[in-house]
Amino acid sequence: MKIFNKVILLSFFLSLFSVVYSASSVEKKSNDYLPALNDITDSKSLQRGARNFFNYCAGCHSLKYVRYNQMAKDIGISEEQLNSYLIFTGAAPQDVISMNMLEEDGNRWFGKAPPDLSMITRVNSNTYVYNFLRSFYPDKDSPTGVNNKVKDGTSMPNILWVLQDEMDKKEFDSFVLDIVNFLDYVGEPIKAKRKSLGIWVISFLFIFLILSFALYKDIWKEVK
Amino acid sequence: MPSDNKQEVYFSNPMLKWVDERFPLSKVLREHATEYYASKNFNIWYIFGVLSTVVLVLMLLTGIFLTMNYKPSAAEAFNSVEYIMRSVEYGWLMRYMHSTGASFFFIVLYLHMFRGMLYGSYKNPRELIWLLGMMLYFCLMAEAFLGYILPWGNMSYWAAQVIVNLFGTIPFIGDTLVEWIRGDYYISDITLNRFFALHVIAVPLAILGLVFAHIVALHHIGSNNPDGIEIKDNKDAQGKPIDGVAFHPFHTSKDLVWITIFLILYFGAVFFAPEMGGLFLEVDNFEPANPLKTPEHIVPSWYFTPYYAILRSIPDSLLGFIALVSAVLCFVFLPWLDKCKVKSIRYRGWQYKVALAIFVISFVSLGYLGMQPSSGIYLILARLFTVLYFSFFLLMPFYTRLEKTKPVPDRVVYKK
Repeated sequence: MKIFNKVILLSFFLSLFSVVYSASSVEKKSNDYLPALNDITDSKSLQRGARNFFNYCAGCHSLKYVRYNQMAKDIGISEEQLNSYLIFTGAAPQDVISMNMLEEDGNRWFGKAPPDLSMITRVNSNTYVYNFLRSFYPDKDSPTGVNNKVKDGTSMPNILWVLQDEMDKKEFDSFVLDIVNFLDYVGEPIKAKRKSLGIWVISFLFIFLILSFALYKDIWKEVK
Repeated sequence: MPSDNKQEVYFSNPMLKWVDERFPLSKVLREHATEYYASKNFNIWYIFGVLSTVVLVLMLLTGIFLTMNYKPSAAEAFNSVEYIMRSVEYGWLMRYMHSTGASFFFIVLYLHMFRGMLYGSYKNPRELIWLLGMMLYFCLMAEAFLGYILPWGNMSYWAAQVIVNLFGTIPFIGDTLVEWIRGDYYISDITLNRFFALHVIAVPLAILGLVFAHIVALHHIGSNNPDGIEIKDNKDAQGKPIDGVAFHPFHTSKDLVWITIFLILYFGAVFFAPEMGGLFLEVDNFEPANPLKTPEHIVPSWYFTPYYAILRSIPDSLLGFIALVSAVLCFVFLPWLDKCKVKSIRYRGWQYKVALAIFVISFVSLGYLGMQPSSGIYLILARLFTVLYFSFFLLMPFYTRLEKTKPVPDRVVYKK
């Protein structure tokens, strides 16, 4: 009746997989709802993303867990470039990325102060942020003149509207994707390094597995 | 039994000899390693005990490093975790090893318990080992819950809210009890502080003591095996079990292979999928605790979802709480509910095999349903599987009596 044990085992693992599969279920879709296929190891994209972020987002949004100089190091730009192109607030390179808007002002002006974006891609997904930024549409009833297909009734105005007009759709999408890539980095600065270190660790373990298996075979030779 | 003159030749190193005269070093090594005999036909199900020890050590070590930078205060906890993730050298590794370790602890532990149910490891004479193991299981559940609160993310906060409030369903003393647990009128800084104390010292101490007792009791009786027979019944002229091989170097060398495979899976998760699609780290916990913002679905970590599904499947909150506690406690009574004399599933009747299969399907399905909204078809299914879950235990004295068992061999089945 060994088959019974196999059935138990199989049912166990099958149900386990189905749980994992369903847990990673997909988000709601519209016609233009596209996955964010950003590459966190692409430092050029990260640099463009940083440029875009500091020119268009950083006026209202802080990254309170990130320090300017650490970020510069991670995305591969020099401190001179950092000072001349990214720091607009007079902050020192070792400062965290804060903003100049007071929370009470933010609350008064927008109804809800613009949130800190350090963890935005971890709380929402990259895909969510990507599509949110691409889904503004004109709406006369809204105080900002726009509404959003991904987040209905958002209090955020469409900051990128000029670009949306100037650029063609492909350019604009890639502009937004660079921001998302940068925010993905910001959410977990170690992400790229974590994966590359992981490859070394797993490789070592595989080599160790061969050795430990050889040791096991040798020791168990005498067991009859 | 080993002869006494063996002890003299155990160490040739003079320093170890010196120690051995003053401390039972060689005695302990002989009794628990080089002359502790366990069956040579252990299969994959027999690695999870060792693996849970490995995870325990990983949790203790990474926990120490996390404690060095973590701040147990409502104002600073969330920030300090992000500080560990971003600014502490390899802090992210300690944190991911700890958070992933929690999930792997339960994976390993559930499989370890399942092994006991497959091969009747809880039966006479190993009831006490099983009971100690159950106490370990309860401690680990408490430890996991307490640890889950510490990052002070929004799900931490609301999970604490839901779980602590469960005690409020107890008649008469409920409200007072909840207040006593929290140390405040709501989940607050004080609650976080005491949970931290319990998580880093009280429960780990209990776990270490219980692990010690669990292993001492095991080594006193001897390990079970996939055939469910006592290898001590067949001894050679030297008094060594014929079907046993010494724990060291035989089982240790075999375990090392499995530990390595385990570490590949574990570090695979740590380095490549520490969130595991929201199962190991829930997205709501990347937001700081916010008493004004209830998460859309309050869901506990995956390892508690079977019990959570049982809790929610019962409309009355007190009865739900009782069902939840009973569902966990059921395992304690297995040695006395199971009336079949044969230990291993290899020689048991179809009744137990079918019952165990239904139980496993129920447990995993409840785990899935615990993550879904409690309504419609999900609720109906959760109720069905709750009934099946409890039937496995409650009907056990009846169906195990009916089993037509197969003859049990005298020696373990071992194919080279």
